[in-house]
Amino acid sequence: MTKLRGWLTVVVSASAMVAVGCGGSSSPRINTIASTGQNVVAISVNGGPDGDYANGLFVSVTVCAPGTSTCQTIPNVLVDTGSSGLRLLSSVMTVSLPQQNGTNGPVAECLPFLSGFTWGPVQTADIQVGGESASSVPIQAINETTFPVPSGCTNFGVPSMDSLQALGANGLLGVGLFAQDCGPACALSGSSNPGLYYQCPSSVCQVTAEPLTQQVQNPVAMFANDNNGVIIELPASSAPAASLSGSLVFGIGTQANNALNAATVYTVDDFGNFTTSYKGQAYSSSFIDSGSNGYFFLDSSTTGIPDCGSASGFYCPSGTQNLSATNQGANGASGTVNFSVGNAETLFANQADFVFGTLGGPGQDFDWGLPFFYGRNVYTAIEGKSTPGGSGPYWAY
Amino acid sequence: MKRILSVLAGHAGRCVGGVAFALVVVALPGSVFAALGGNAASVQADQGHMQASLRSIRAANYTVHELQSPTGVVVREYVSAAGTVFGVAWQGPWVPDLHQLLGSYFEQYQQAVQTQNNGRAGRRPIHVALPGLVVSVSGHPRSFKGHAYVPDMLPEGAKAEEIR
Repeated sequence: MTKLRGWLTVVVSASAMVAVGCGGSSSPRINTIASTGQNVVAISVNGGPDGDYANGLFVSVTVCAPGTSTCQTIPNVLVDTGSSGLRLLSSVMTVSLPQQNGTNGPVAECLPFLSGFTWGPVQTADIQVGGESASSVPIQAINETTFPVPSGCTNFGVPSMDSLQALGANGLLGVGLFAQDCGPACALSGSSNPGLYYQCPSSVCQVTAEPLTQQVQNPVAMFANDNNGVIIELPASSAPAASLSGSLVFGIGTQANNALNAATVYTVDDFGNFTTSYKGQAYSSSFIDSGSNGYFFLDSSTTGIPDCGSASGFYCPSGTQNLSATNQGANGASGTVNFSVGNAETLFANQADFVFGTLGGPGQDFDWGLPFFYGRNVYTAIEGKSTPGGSGPYWAY
Repeated sequence: MKRILSVLAGHAGRCVGGVAFALVVVALPGSVFAALGGNAASVQADQGHMQASLRSIRAANYTVHELQSPTGVVVREYVSAAGTVFGVAWQGPWVPDLHQLLGSYFEQYQQAVQTQNNGRAGRRPIHVALPGLVVSVSGHPRSFKGHAYVPDMLPEGAKAEEIR
C-alpha cells in the first residue's frame, strides 16, 4: 500500500501530523506527488470562489474560441472524476464561444447531478489544462437565459446550479471514466433516449438524439497526448485545514511521471461502479468520485453512526469512528480501505477550514469522495483507452 | 388537488387515508395524480408515462409493481393491501421523472433539497428525512439510485429498508 519513493520533506512532516491526529489507529499514507511536467497541473482543495466549499478540488482551465488565440483562463473549476465534460458558468465567461447547432436548431443540455442540474447551450472550445490541449471540444455553458429550462430538467427534483452560489465553483471539469457525458443512449431516438440533449428552434426546447461525437466530451480523451486517463495526487490530511495542494497528472503510463507503479487496477461495470463490502454485506453500486465532498455510505440505521440532523446529510458520531471496507473490481481485484469518519458539526466549527479528511455522511452503497484521495494517488482510466494496466474504464490506487 | 392529497397523507390515519384516496382518485384524470401517496391506479399512469413494461410481485404485506423503462431505469412501486402506494424506489443510468413519481410530495422534496447545505457548499447524496417523507438519492451521471416513502403509510409488518 505505502510507497516510499522520492518523497519530499513536506510530505513527511504532513504524515507525522496524521499519525498524531489519528491516535495511531491506522498507519499514515505516504504518496509521491509529481510536481513538474507538461502533463502536470496544480490543483488545490480550498473554499473555492464563493469561499464556502467543503472538500472542493479546484483547477484552472483555459478555453479559447476554436482555432484562435482569443482565450480566457478560468480559475476555480471543480475537478470531478464522477462525470465527464467541461461545464462553465456563463456568468464567469468573457470569451465568446460558438454555439453547436443541430438539424432543427441550437443544441442545449440538461445534466442531472445529485446536488443539482446544469442546464445550458452546448458550445465548442479549444481547451488547455496545464501543458495539454484539445481542439474543438463540445462543452456546456451553464445558464438559464439563452434557452428556458424545460420541465424534463426541473422534474429531476434538484435545484439549478446556474450561479456561483449554487455551484460553489466557476465550472466543473469532468475527467471521469467515460469519453462522453451521456454516451450511446443519448444518440438513440425514441423512447430509449434518456432525454438529456435538446434542440431549441424557438423558445421551446425539445429532446433530441445527439450523436456521440457531438456530445459534451471528456476533454482528456481529446488531448493530443496523455489522453488515456488522469491521476489525482494529493497529500494526506487528517485534521481540518484551510487548504491542500497537489497535482492533476494526465495520462497513465505515457510518461516517466505517470506510471502505474504498484497501484491495483479495479475495473468497473457498464455504469461505472464496483463493489464495496462492509461488515459482510456487498454493495454493488459503489464508486470513487473526487466531486463528492465526503465518504457517503449506507445509513444511520445500518452503520449505527448518528446523522447530524434530520436533513443535514452528514454523520455526527460522538467520537471519530475508525472503519474498514473492502473494494472489489469487476476484474476480481480487491483491497481493504481503512477510513475514519468524524463529527461534521465539530469539523465545520472553524469557518476558515475547508479540508476535512474525515467528513462523511449517509448515502447508498459507498461513494468514496474526496477524502479518499487524501494521501493516495488515484488513477481514473477512460473507457476504450489502452494503458499499461489494461483498457479503461477502471480506477487504480 | 395536489394540496388536498398532501394534507390527507400527512394527517389522516393509514386506513382512513386509503379510503379517502380511493374516493378522490375516481374524480381525477389518470395523469394528474402520481405514484407516492396515490392509489394503485397511479401505477398504470406511471407505466404509461415511462412507456414501461410492468410486472407485479406479491410480498407478505404488500405488492411490488416493477416498471422497466426503455431507458434502462427500473422503478419499483410498493402498494399496500388497501391500495395505497406507500413507497417508490428506482435505479438506472439517469434520474426518472420525480415530479411524476413523488406526485404531491414533489414540492416538499424540492424544498427540502434546497435547504440541505449547512452553510457549506459541496456535492453529495440527497438524504431527506422529514417526519412525513423520507427520500434518498445517490450515484453519479450514468448510475443513479434512490427511494422514497411516507413513514405513516407503511403497512403493518413492512420495513422501510425493504423499499429499494
